[in-house]
Amino acid sequence: MKKTVMTLALLAATPAMAEPLRIATEGAYPPFNEVNAAGELVGFDVDIANALCAKMEAECVIVAQDWDGIIPGLTAGKYDAIIASMSITEERLQTVDFTDPYYSNFLVVVAKDGSGVTSENVKEYSVGAQRSTIAAVWAEEQMGTRGDLRLYDTTTASFADLEAGRIDAFVADYFPAVEWLKDNAGFSIAGDRIDIDDKIGIAIRQNEGELKDALNAALNGIIADGTYGEISTQYFGVDIY
Amino acid sequence: MGYQDIKYAVSDAVCLLAQDTTPASFAKYCPRYIDGILVTVELLLLSSFIGFFIGALVAVGRVSGGPSVRSLAWAWSYVFRGTPLLVQLWIVYFGLGSLGEEQLGVLWPFFKSGWAVGLAVLTINTSAYIAEILRGGLATLPPGQYEAAVSCGMSRGQAMRRILLPQAIRVAWPAYGNELILLMKGSALVSTITVMDLMGQTRSVFARGYAMETYAYSAVLYLLLALFLTLLLKMVERRLRVGGYP
Repeated sequence: MKKTVMTLALLAATPAMAEPLRIATEGAYPPFNEVNAAGELVGFDVDIANALCAKMEAECVIVAQDWDGIIPGLTAGKYDAIIASMSITEERLQTVDFTDPYYSNFLVVVAKDGSGVTSENVKEYSVGAQRSTIAAVWAEEQMGTRGDLRLYDTTTASFADLEAGRIDAFVADYFPAVEWLKDNAGFSIAGDRIDIDDKIGIAIRQNEGELKDALNAALNGIIADGTYGEISTQYFGVDIY
Repeated sequence: MGYQDIKYAVSDAVCLLAQDTTPASFAKYCPRYIDGILVTVELLLLSSFIGFFIGALVAVGRVSGGPSVRSLAWAWSYVFRGTPLLVQLWIVYFGLGSLGEEQLGVLWPFFKSGWAVGLAVLTINTSAYIAEILRGGLATLPPGQYEAAVSCGMSRGQAMRRILLPQAIRVAWPAYGNELILLMKGSALVSTITVMDLMGQTRSVFARGYAMETYAYSAVLYLLLALFLTLLLKMVERRLRVGGYP
């Protein structure tokens, strides 16, 4: 009986306390999202997520989720939004919805100095990319499905293989590549940046107009009041919007 | 025409035949699934074949070697059965492999290839299980068999090869069949070290549209492979059997 009363009390209390907004990020994509030595999620995406939550005056919980399962986790309702530097693509739009973009990405081919790899001749080499990314799709289009394309679960694992010399080149997003090249002499960006009109947005479930509007309004808010520029400058020295 | 081209030709032919009878969402990516299955089958055949011989050696070492051979054989089974296959794969591929070309020298071509590392680890892993299965089979044989063989003038090796191991294999065969199916399922882990086996291809196809049926197709293909293996094992079992329960 007592238990029933308590349950009823809990049920009655629920509508009053708003559910926290659950946001997923990958945690293996420095400097956008990574897990620091203390085990906390940090990075540009995490700061943007916190800034958006502050703007919306919402309570937020940020969780880490492996890249492979990050969209299925959203559709299954484990969290409500993905702020993990995710490209807005036609294929993803069939399953999820996106907010307005919060920055633009370019692809680059990273290779050992003097290796001869460029963005035009990748199919003659063994090339790595992170699985389930726009970089992997681009590489597949260049190399065909039977080329020597190695797919990795995380960007960090593929950079490790590039360093070890298992692959000749790695197709990466521009900003993480620049970050990695800072600490790794002897490697450089081969050829020009590849502009594939890649816009990065926040993924949410389909038919969640209210959340989409709230996130878009908050995004415009943090851009207008300078918070966005501050965070961006802190990580990249420039405003990357 | 190289070996690789033959494999691609086979999978293109299979997909052409299956084109009209399979769902459109499968047919679109069919060559990838079949390319993947061929890699899985290739790894499975090679690792189970080589692993069987290593396992037999280890089992014989366990029951009839000297003290140092016995402990070595025991350690082999204990270490490779006692650690997860995923951990073994990552230790060799990401761990040892990160030493790079300069430190690994002539071993580098092996460590460089995800396929070679995958094959070696699967082989060693299954050999540890096969050793235990065969050791169990050997333990069921009465000691008189060995004594009789030796008194007929056979050496220890001959007695093992001609008399004991064949009987042990017959007893152990159903358990070995089980191990082969487990090995097939375990082989999916090589997709984490960049091998494009059935699981690797499935994950890449999944990335193209997040269609849940992708994994269902892959499960059906694994089931078909398991069915094929079971039938094959049953055929061998029937050949090995002498009397007893059907």
